[in-house]
Amino acid sequence: MKRGRYTLISVLGVVVAVAIWWITSASAGSLYYPPMPDVIEAVWSYWLAGDGGEHLASSLTNLFSGLAIGIVAGIVLGLVIGQNRWIRTALTPPLEFVRAIPGTALIPFAMVVFGLGPTMKIFIIALGTFFPILLNVIDGVRGLSRESLDTARSFGIRGWQKQRRVVIPATLPRAAAGIKIAIPLALVLVVTSEMTGSDTGIGFVLVTAQNSFNQVSVWAAIVLLGVLGVVLNWLFTLLEDRVLAWDKGLHRIGGQ
Amino acid sequence: MSAATATPAPTWRIRRTTQIITPLATILALLLVWELLVRVGVLPMRYAPPPTVIVQELGAMLIDTGVYSQLGGTLVGWGSSLGIAVVLGVVFGTLLGRFRAASAFFSPIVEFLRPIPSVAMIPLAVLLSGSGKPTEIFLATYAALWQMLVAAMVAVGSVDPVARDTAASFGLSRSAQTRHVLLPSMLPHLVTGIRIASATALIFCITSELLIGSPGLGQGLGAARSVGNLPRMYAFIVVIGIVGFLLNAAFKWVESKVLFWHESQRGGTQ
Repeated sequence: MKRGRYTLISVLGVVVAVAIWWITSASAGSLYYPPMPDVIEAVWSYWLAGDGGEHLASSLTNLFSGLAIGIVAGIVLGLVIGQNRWIRTALTPPLEFVRAIPGTALIPFAMVVFGLGPTMKIFIIALGTFFPILLNVIDGVRGLSRESLDTARSFGIRGWQKQRRVVIPATLPRAAAGIKIAIPLALVLVVTSEMTGSDTGIGFVLVTAQNSFNQVSVWAAIVLLGVLGVVLNWLFTLLEDRVLAWDKGLHRIGGQ
Repeated sequence: MSAATATPAPTWRIRRTTQIITPLATILALLLVWELLVRVGVLPMRYAPPPTVIVQELGAMLIDTGVYSQLGGTLVGWGSSLGIAVVLGVVFGTLLGRFRAASAFFSPIVEFLRPIPSVAMIPLAVLLSGSGKPTEIFLATYAALWQMLVAAMVAVGSVDPVARDTAASFGLSRSAQTRHVLLPSMLPHLVTGIRIASATALIFCITSELLIGSPGLGQGLGAARSVGNLPRMYAFIVVIGIVGFLLNAAFKWVESKVLFWHESQRGGTQ
């Protein structure tokens, strides 16, 4: 009963927000605030059904490639660094330093090294998403319970078996937390990397629209990015619920 | 973890020194390898100037006053946007955390607005308020606000209901409840939230300086790249790294001072 009421309030919230946007934009008559139906029309006709599909595909390819590299590298290096005290002591300060450099500040560097093509964009996305995942995995490994490590040892489980059966399952929830932080970051880096010296992608379309004072197109790209963020987050939560169902059960006794 | 605190003092001192020397040695070794690779010709000098050249450029840059005004520009942007984001985030986050109906009403809207990269708003923001500091502050605030909002909502949720009810049934006044129960419970999440929001604010200040050219370190970085002055470009990256590193370290230090009683800060030696 109560749940139903809150869902109703949520729906009401969305309806009110959309209504406010619709009414204010329709009566604004401002160049910078185009009417909502025009914007929604543009999202559909340009991005989903029209020429924008090519740019959207290019952005998504870079996003997923970069994110995949960041995830794999973050988890593998996190496992190594988390379990080896020498490597950890040696690498923590340099890693903290590199992490402190904003990913976007490395775009000029990446442009110089990799040129202007997709490699440079994928490198930037991979590097930016790598750090939150790495740090979370290191923390996860360090937080492994003594009991499970001792149990593994007394049963003679070591090497690859220990990694596969003890360490990796226990750190996966932390890796997932890192990936959750990395997804919006990846979206930022995709757009930023396309805004300078590129001729494809959502960021390129945005800059072009800005230069030609096409406000409907600017708004459409912003709405598209919002939808993209929600969809990516939703997909990942779905995946997380599947893969980490055992963890949810463990930590939320009695369920939702 | 409790075993580590029981370690006798001399061993502790040895571990302390290795903890300083090992990373220093690693950094020096990495720089040396880099220098050698460039000098021998494995890495092209054109793309990757050797560390000694970058350090020289850095030295020259630090004597010049230009970099300090750029640093000031970035810090003004960072400070203003962080301040606004913290105040707005804590106020609205606490309200949304306290009233479920309010959070049900606003959360779908927040979930939609939150993932929009604030860089996507650059075209709009530039047209509305030009390519100066206000635009930069708007963009950085937009990005950092959501993190503060979520941190504050989580913080309210983390207040132990038993502690709150106990305080209420012992007849503590509203202000005493806030002072003794609500605030101490919320503080750890808020402080961590501020540290993360600070990093985000800095990222977006640098990014907008790079993209729209408002005065700051990001603008210097972009300018160095566009004229092809690589040592200067790397020197700017180093300066930006140092600023980010120091800000983060400062917030971590404050965290450990304010939260010395909280379990996250009592992890033994590490």
